[in-house]
Amino acid sequence: MTLILFAFLALIALAGGLGVVLSRNPVHSALSLLLNFASIAVIYFLLHAQFLGVVQVIVYAGAIVVLFLFVVMLIGGNIGPYRHGSRTVTSVIAVGLAAAFLALVVWSVVQVLPMSATPVGAPDAGSVQAVGMALYTDYLVPFELASLLLLVGMLGGVVLARRYQPFAEDETQ
Amino acid sequence: MIPTDYVLILAAVLFTIGAAGVLVRRNALIIFMCVEMMLNSVNLTLVALADLWGNLTGQVFAFVVMAVAAVEVAVGLAIIMAIVRHKDTSNIDEINLLKG
Repeated sequence: MTLILFAFLALIALAGGLGVVLSRNPVHSALSLLLNFASIAVIYFLLHAQFLGVVQVIVYAGAIVVLFLFVVMLIGGNIGPYRHGSRTVTSVIAVGLAAAFLALVVWSVVQVLPMSATPVGAPDAGSVQAVGMALYTDYLVPFELASLLLLVGMLGGVVLARRYQPFAEDETQ
Repeated sequence: MIPTDYVLILAAVLFTIGAAGVLVRRNALIIFMCVEMMLNSVNLTLVALADLWGNLTGQVFAFVVMAVAAVEVAVGLAIIMAIVRHKDTSNIDEINLLKG
């Protein structure tokens, strides 16, 4: 039963991923990304990571996709006429390299893990209580550093997105 | 119970789709979405292995990766906005100021 649900979610996630890469309209790409993130959030629940599933919905599906949609709305999204011609050869090489990479990773996964290794983890291993306990005791320093990183990132975003006002205007007045 | 290698292979396929998108697409926004998808697939790997070994460290790592991804989106989209304001395009073939 769980396996059927996982297969269904995996198909949705793959469809979302292909939609991001293949759609012409950036808004459709952003919505496909939402589909991908949401299905991975449900897979987190299946993997006993309830807290991360909820955080995935809030941070990725909520904040990040909405941010992408806002930027698509602000800058229009379409990139205008191609002035550098098509890149058919590079695209073929890129897809070939990606396929080789995928074959390498799948081969190494099959080599390293015994086939169909099934986890024995406790059902509430990733509950809010367990993850919170780990975050506030063993991993307190990385947690605080993450908050510092968020603060710096917020400041950087504000500074970069501000409209540029050259100092020369003040001198001429 | 989901076999862990199925999850790892799903994550690998998603990572590959994202990598191919980064290499093929020319819209900076789409490339950015593909980078997010790659980060997310690595998170899936971390969570699956945390479940396999009954160890919470992988989930904490995935949590930190999510925080970094949020910061990256905020700063990266601000950079894309600044570039569009400056060059009036988000096509990465047109953005070649450092080319000399």
